[in-house]
Amino acid sequence: MAAAGLKDRAAVTGVGETAYTRDTDRSQLELTLAASLAAIADAGLEPKDIDGVIPYGAGGVVAEDFITNFGLPDLRYSALTPMGGASPVAALQSAAMAVATGVANHVLIALGRGSIAGGRITSRLAAMPQMRLVGEFEMVQGCNAPAQFYAPMARRHMALYGTTVDQFAEVAMTCRRHAERNERAMMRKPMTREDHHASRMIAEPFRLFDCSLESAGAAAVIVSAAERAPDLRQRPVYIGGVAEGHPDSPSAITQRPDMTRFGLARAAPIAFRMAGVDHGDIDVAQIYDCFTWVVICQLEDLGFCAKGEGGAFVEGGRIGLAGELPVNTHGGLLSEAHIAGMNHIVELVRQLRGECGERQVADAEVGLVTGFGDLGDGAVAIMHR
Amino acid sequence: MTTTADDHARLPARPRPEPDALSAPYWDGLRAHKLMLQRCHACGRVRHYPRPLCDHCYAFEHDWVEARGEGRVHSWTVCHHAFHPAFKQALPYALVTVDLAEGVRLQAPLRGSDPARLRVELPVVVDFEDIDDTLTLPCVRVRA
Ligand SMILES: [Zn+2]
Repeated sequence: MAAAGLKDRAAVTGVGETAYTRDTDRSQLELTLAASLAAIADAGLEPKDIDGVIPYGAGGVVAEDFITNFGLPDLRYSALTPMGGASPVAALQSAAMAVATGVANHVLIALGRGSIAGGRITSRLAAMPQMRLVGEFEMVQGCNAPAQFYAPMARRHMALYGTTVDQFAEVAMTCRRHAERNERAMMRKPMTREDHHASRMIAEPFRLFDCSLESAGAAAVIVSAAERAPDLRQRPVYIGGVAEGHPDSPSAITQRPDMTRFGLARAAPIAFRMAGVDHGDIDVAQIYDCFTWVVICQLEDLGFCAKGEGGAFVEGGRIGLAGELPVNTHGGLLSEAHIAGMNHIVELVRQLRGECGERQVADAEVGLVTGFGDLGDGAVAIMHR
Repeated sequence: MTTTADDHARLPARPRPEPDALSAPYWDGLRAHKLMLQRCHACGRVRHYPRPLCDHCYAFEHDWVEARGEGRVHSWTVCHHAFHPAFKQALPYALVTVDLAEGVRLQAPLRGSDPARLRVELPVVVDFEDIDDTLTLPCVRVRA
C-alpha cells in the first residue's frame, strides 16, 4: 500500500500573515510578499533559502515574482494547485512530495488577496478556466456566485437528511465565538441564533451569516524536508497524512450524481490511513467554511459521522473550544477572514505549537485542516507536533 | 409593465453564452424551442453539458436528440441577492435543478408558480423564453 509514502516526510516550519482587512491599498503581490517574509522569518530562514514556490493558482502572482523580489538564487521547484479554496491544502501535498523526493528543501506556499478594485467574486470567477461550463450554461441564467452554486447542494442535504438552519447557525455562532478570542479576526461582535436568522437571505437556504467574508490580506507557510526541520527556529509540525480528492462532474454541480458529497470524501480515507490515526485522535480541526453548510458536509465526508448526520454533529457545543472536536479556532472564513483557507493552515500550525493564547485547545497534539473549492474539490492534511 | 428600448439601453448587459462547435446545437435548439441533448453515437448514452468524449466508451462521435421536456426537481435555490447587476430586477427568482427523463440534469428558472411549492421529486416540464432575437433560455413550470 503506497499510502504511507508521505507520512512525516515533511514539516511546516514557518507561518506568517499580514493584517486581515475589508479592503487595502496594497496589491496582491505586495501582500503575498509581506506574508511570505513573515513565514520565512518565523522559520528562521532567509529568503534565499527558499528553493520551491507554490503560489495561489487564482490571481496574478507567479513563481517568477519570488525570484525577482527575493533574489532567489536557485528556484528548483514551482507548481500550481488550481483548486480554489482547496488549493492551499493541496499545495501541502505537492510541497511534501517535492521535499520528500529531494527536489527542494524549503517550499513556500503563499496566498494573497488584494484590493476590492482588483475584482470581486463574480468577476474573478468568470475568468477561471475551470468555470467554463458554469459560465456557459448557468451564469447566463443568474447563477453567478458560489452562494448560488452551492445552495442547491445544501437544499438537497436538508431535504434528504433533515438538516436545519439552526444547525447552520450553530456553525456560524461557533466560529464567531472563537473569533472573539482572536485579535486578528475581522468579525468579533457576538452573534446569537436570532442574529443569524435575522440576517438577510442571499440564496436560499443561505443567509448573509451563512456566507464567508470578503477580505484583503495574505498568509504563507513554509514546508521543509523533515530531516531539515529540527535545525530551524520553531518546533516542527509534521505532515502525517495528506491527500486531495475530486468529485464526479467536477466542473458542474448540476450534473453531479450525488451533490451532497465532496471530493474530500475520496481524500479523507487516504490521509487518515497515511497518518495512521483515527478520528478520535484529532484534537482540533480547521474545516474550510466558505458557507456554514459546507462545514457540516465535510464533517460527514471526513468520516467524523455518517452522511446526513453532520447537522446533529455540530449541535450541543461539540465543535466549540471545549467540545469533543474544536473546529475553526481562529473564527474561520466566516469570522476571521477569507484568505482562501491559507489562514486555516496557519491556525492549525499555531494550535499544534501551543501559541494560541486564550483560544488554545489544551494539549493539542494532532490536528486536521481541510480545503474545499472549485465546485467541490477537496484536500485534507493531518498534522502533528 | 412594458419595457421600452430606453429601458433596455439602461439595463446592465446580461452574461451571454459563447457557444463553440460542441455546444452550438444546444443553443440553436433552444432558439427553435427544442431542448437538444448530446448523445454518444457509439453506445447511445445521453450526456450534458456537451463535451468531446463519451466517458463510458470513449467515442468522439455523437449526435443530438430532442429531450421530452419532462423531469422532477432534484434541488433548487431561491436567489434574493443579485451577484450580477443584470439579474437585480428579476429578484427574487428560483433556479431549479431538474432530473430530466433522459437521465441528465437541467438548471433553469422556475416560472408560473410560487417557489414555496418546490419539493424534491416535484414533476416539472420544460418551457422556453426568448430573451432577445438571438438568445432563448429554458425555464421550468410545475406540471399541471
Ligand atoms: Zn459512448
